[in-house]
Amino acid sequence: MRRVFRLYESTIGKKIVMAVTGVLLVGFVVAHMAGNLKMYAGQEKMDHYGEFLREFAAPVLGHGGFLWVARAILLLAVAAHIRSAILLTRQSQAARDVGYKVTTRRESNYASLSMRWGGVFLAAFIVLHILHFTTGHIHPTFEHGAPYANVVAGFTVWWTAALYILAMIPLGLHLYHGTWSMLQTLGANHPRYNHLRRKIALAVALIVVVGNISFPVAVLTGLIK
Amino acid sequence: MSETMKLVLNVWRQPDATTKGDFERFEIPDVSPDMSFLEMLDVLNERLTQKGQETIAFDHDCREGICGTCGIVINGVPHGPQKLTTTCQLHMRKFKDGDELWLEPWRSTAFPVIKDLVVDRSSFDRIIQAGGFISVGAGSAPDANAIPIGKEVAEQAMDAAACIGCGACVAACPNASAMLFTAAKVGHLGLLPQGQPERYERVQKMVATMDNENFGACTNHAECEASCPKGISIDFIAMMNRDLLKGAVQHPIELD
Ligand code: HEM
Ligand code: FES
Repeated sequence: MRRVFRLYESTIGKKIVMAVTGVLLVGFVVAHMAGNLKMYAGQEKMDHYGEFLREFAAPVLGHGGFLWVARAILLLAVAAHIRSAILLTRQSQAARDVGYKVTTRRESNYASLSMRWGGVFLAAFIVLHILHFTTGHIHPTFEHGAPYANVVAGFTVWWTAALYILAMIPLGLHLYHGTWSMLQTLGANHPRYNHLRRKIALAVALIVVVGNISFPVAVLTGLIK
Repeated sequence: MSETMKLVLNVWRQPDATTKGDFERFEIPDVSPDMSFLEMLDVLNERLTQKGQETIAFDHDCREGICGTCGIVINGVPHGPQKLTTTCQLHMRKFKDGDELWLEPWRSTAFPVIKDLVVDRSSFDRIIQAGGFISVGAGSAPDANAIPIGKEVAEQAMDAAACIGCGACVAACPNASAMLFTAAKVGHLGLLPQGQPERYERVQKMVATMDNENFGACTNHAECEASCPKGISIDFIAMMNRDLLKGAVQHPIELD
């Protein structure tokens, strides 16, 4: 552990923490979107999928145990990710005490320049999302163990659906730069595959954004009811 | 004979490190497109001298793009608009009649302004002192080719060694990070057989010094690569990240 803390003292160590937690979070959002595609298979399949997640590894972890372990790991990952982001942001801001009068950007793009603010929006969205579909506190008709009905009822409220669609803007941008950035940070670099990294990042971002936007759109258009 | 052009320069003037600076405006009615950027400043300085005014301080030495001394941020771009070019190798034909230019020093806490456009880059020297060398018994000159080095490795190490330490990477980086400079030095030595014994110690020491010098943290914008007059690739940054991870886990060193 001491070695890990030593590494964490350096900027690159903190970047590696952001990248490793980033791998977990990207893996999660991709799997989360893919799992939710069960919405298109109908109420029974979707609710059964929810039940499957609660029962997964139940002999070892107990009923619902897997979900709680997964949630704990993800929350810890988000916390470590945000802590590193804050520390590195402060160091970078201190590193340019006098700014430029004129700035010309050549390689950075909207995604790379919006990582910090985008992250803040994502954090806010994660809180709302948990209160909405996980705990039900801000859901009009929440019922435990009935994800299909909860999603349909949730997105029938047009402005909630709109909020979820809008939230995919910061997520898509964060995923596009984040996926490429994490490969670079972890040193995944080989002359033969390097040209693929931006394409992989774009594919991850597009798949997650298009998939996730389809759910509120499907409810609003009556494709799912 | 090419036509001369009229330029407006807004130049950062700052008498010393502790005094606040500001832009001063100069109009030059007769810039020849054949001049280099620094020659254009030489002409302006000569006129300022004749008028008994303080000349503009800017760094330069070889004026042939190999020493890494020159460097001005021109309209927000370190070394100006031409890619793969140092300020001294930039020519006025890259500008148009009537252009208004903003000339600023490298902006980084780790590079304090000494005067006008001149900054103190000794923080780079301290990164080199921390590990940018190999330890060998210095006797008579070694035989050339005594250590065979594969073509690919030699080429790659040479690409990294092309770094002239000008600091444009730091100036260009939205985070004022020195990752490209440090990675070029770490990569250059870490690729070659002569650099192997100290490879993992070197990367830890150089990165620790880089952080201590108050450079910022890389977020992979790749602005550094775009502004590097030697076209050093950010692939060296990925390589350094990997070496640091391996070094910190397998060969951790005690840092003082
Ligand atoms: C919750 C609040 C979040 C904040 C404040 C935040 C902030 C940041 C910042 C500042 C960076 C570094 C920027 C860079 O390297 O260019 C970053 C990188 C990254 N983020 Fe986030 N982020 C958040 C959530 C997420 C989520 C939910 C995901 C997964 C979908 C994610 C995935 C990534 C990845 C993969 C990276 C690249 C890792 C690296 O190499 O630095 N982040 N994040
Ligand atoms: S003066 Fe030597 S590189 Fe420009």
